[in-house]
Amino acid sequence: MSGEPTSERSGRPRDEAVRVANEEGSATVDTGGEPTSERSGRPRDEAVRVANEEGSAIVSTGYTPEVRERLERDAKEIIGRYPKPRSALLPLLHLVQSEDGYVSDDGQEFCAEMLGLSKAEVVGVSTFYTMYKRKPMGDYHVGVCINTLCAVMGGDQIWDELSEHAGVGHDETTPDGKISLERLECNAACDFAPVMMVNWEFFDNQTPASAKQLVDDLRDGKEISPTRGPKKLCTFKEASRVLSGLPDGLAADGPSASGPSLEGLKIAKANGWKAPEAP
Amino acid sequence: MTTLTPVLTANWDQPNSFTLEGYGDYSAARKALGMDPDAVIQAVKDSGLRGRGGAGFPTGMKWGFIPQGDGKPHYLVVNADESEPGTCKDIPLMMANPHSLVEGIIITSYAIRANHAFIYVRGEVLHVIRRLQAAVAEAYDKGLLGKDLFGSGFDLELVVHSGAGAYICGEETALLDSLEGYRGQPRLKPPFPAVAGLYASPTVVNNVESVASVPSIISNGAEWFAGMGTEKSKGFGIFSLSGHVTRPGQYEAPLGITLRELLDMAGGIREGHQIKFWTPGGSSTPIFTDEHLDVPLDFESVGAKGSMLGTRALQIFDETTCVVRAVLRWTEFYAHESCGKCTPCREGTYWLKQVLKRLEKGQGTEEDLTTITDIADNILGRSFCALGDGATSPIHSSVKYFRDEYLKHFEIGGCPFDHAPSTVWGTR
Repeated sequence: MSGEPTSERSGRPRDEAVRVANEEGSATVDTGGEPTSERSGRPRDEAVRVANEEGSAIVSTGYTPEVRERLERDAKEIIGRYPKPRSALLPLLHLVQSEDGYVSDDGQEFCAEMLGLSKAEVVGVSTFYTMYKRKPMGDYHVGVCINTLCAVMGGDQIWDELSEHAGVGHDETTPDGKISLERLECNAACDFAPVMMVNWEFFDNQTPASAKQLVDDLRDGKEISPTRGPKKLCTFKEASRVLSGLPDGLAADGPSASGPSLEGLKIAKANGWKAPEAP
Repeated sequence: MTTLTPVLTANWDQPNSFTLEGYGDYSAARKALGMDPDAVIQAVKDSGLRGRGGAGFPTGMKWGFIPQGDGKPHYLVVNADESEPGTCKDIPLMMANPHSLVEGIIITSYAIRANHAFIYVRGEVLHVIRRLQAAVAEAYDKGLLGKDLFGSGFDLELVVHSGAGAYICGEETALLDSLEGYRGQPRLKPPFPAVAGLYASPTVVNNVESVASVPSIISNGAEWFAGMGTEKSKGFGIFSLSGHVTRPGQYEAPLGITLRELLDMAGGIREGHQIKFWTPGGSSTPIFTDEHLDVPLDFESVGAKGSMLGTRALQIFDETTCVVRAVLRWTEFYAHESCGKCTPCREGTYWLKQVLKRLEKGQGTEEDLTTITDIADNILGRSFCALGDGATSPIHSSVKYFRDEYLKHFEIGGCPFDHAPSTVWGTR
């Protein structure tokens, strides 16, 4: 598996807190008695911002003018929601992933330009989060939960059989570009174990046979419905767009809740159990 | 006998529960915004509500820490990054009943004088994010968010913000760094978020279920809420049963219910099997065994027995499960998710993983048990956040209750268990 512990230690949180506080004119932030570090890379931020403001063109992204214009429009809408632009970095990384199917070099450059950051700062963030992919994933990104509970309930067997069936391993994509696989950590659906996700939609209560059938159907272009989700499964790129904060209008699809989510309520109703009446 | 008390889950079986029409008219928010903000804080203090994200800190007290009249913007950030292994309550709650959260956010923001709130939701739950986006949009459309709510003069902006796959972002200060557009790594505390949180401004970070419980407290009164639960762990909570149980699922009950009572409702352990070990509140809470079935599931009683109530994530394993395998997998999770900031956690989880892999294959020695507990001792309490502490829970508790099972691995030079019978289809 990828993702061994990193040794990155930027000390940035404290720098940032101090910087923000200073910008807001407060001199009272408790620095815990430690000397504040000046390793924040601020001069570069400043330089980039100044360069942008002075119109010195950094036109480096490989997007066509049409794509660039569309991405910029979306990006500006997203950035406008936040008190400080940098907060839009994670959404913007989802946005470029919705364009390219992964966080491409061009995409990271785009994020840097939109937010006045250096590209190194953007890459430093994107590499921290497992949902940002360093290479193109399949149209259908298939995850199998292998955290303890799902693993014990059958997730390990599902992973082994599915990985062999699809011929790819963790974070790898089939040659036709349709399917990529990932070993997932807990996805908060333990009462539906063993759990799989496709493009971050729930596929509950799986078996090795259902998992292989699912992948075969996806490769054959059949229409697939998640267990709790929209009628039609969207692609990895379409999913990434929703994650960037741009809705796709499918929220009303699918059940409110189903299966195990309703067990307690069903039992309460059958027994006439309720919370106490309000006084 | 304790019975179930559906409040947050009460409308989940309605097909339109996630819409405003299916939810209600935000009468609790209307009522709260007619009150003095300090009276809202006092009501939540009086209710005894404690954080539902695991730590159990009194919610009203946390709100009271926000300095008032300081001239700085205040923020509310809802921690919807539910990722603790076994925890699966906030996700169905937000999918089926997102408006309870939005209404709770309005009330909480008003109480702490925040005009900007965020829901930081883990990114791996697409349909939940859609439901949140739709609920927020619907609330804006109806004037329940935005400017001058209920004619009170109170303004509130609410943003749904998707994370990108990092368990550590469930730690509140890592979450704030992530929301600021950085790597999600914990900050040294103090200063606490109440003083210097988001953008170094006073910030409340609350769990989804905590905030969603607030409207019912405002509507029905603090006494109503405090009438449920135990002396120091008041109110109701969602208990999530998973694993080798006949009917896994979400069971909303007063704090203090026991696992025996919950299992009776859930049809018991799957047929033909017996309980072996379980977590009271996720993988970061030390495991319990069959001797703990009657421990009241409240903060104090679980703590007194050496574990933590955590998130009420009851992961249940029967006698077919190898405890060493379970602990290895949890340990691999912590090693994978350690953010790398603090040496004891970064290096310690890595080495725990190496040694446990050897143990599980039966290639270890009894001395390795001393090694892993030593490593765990050197992680516990020595890092910025609780991730490393959590990693030590399965180690210490499994060695305490199942030392013989570890030894058995060495004796036979391998795992004594066939893993097939523990699967869902293993006993069909």
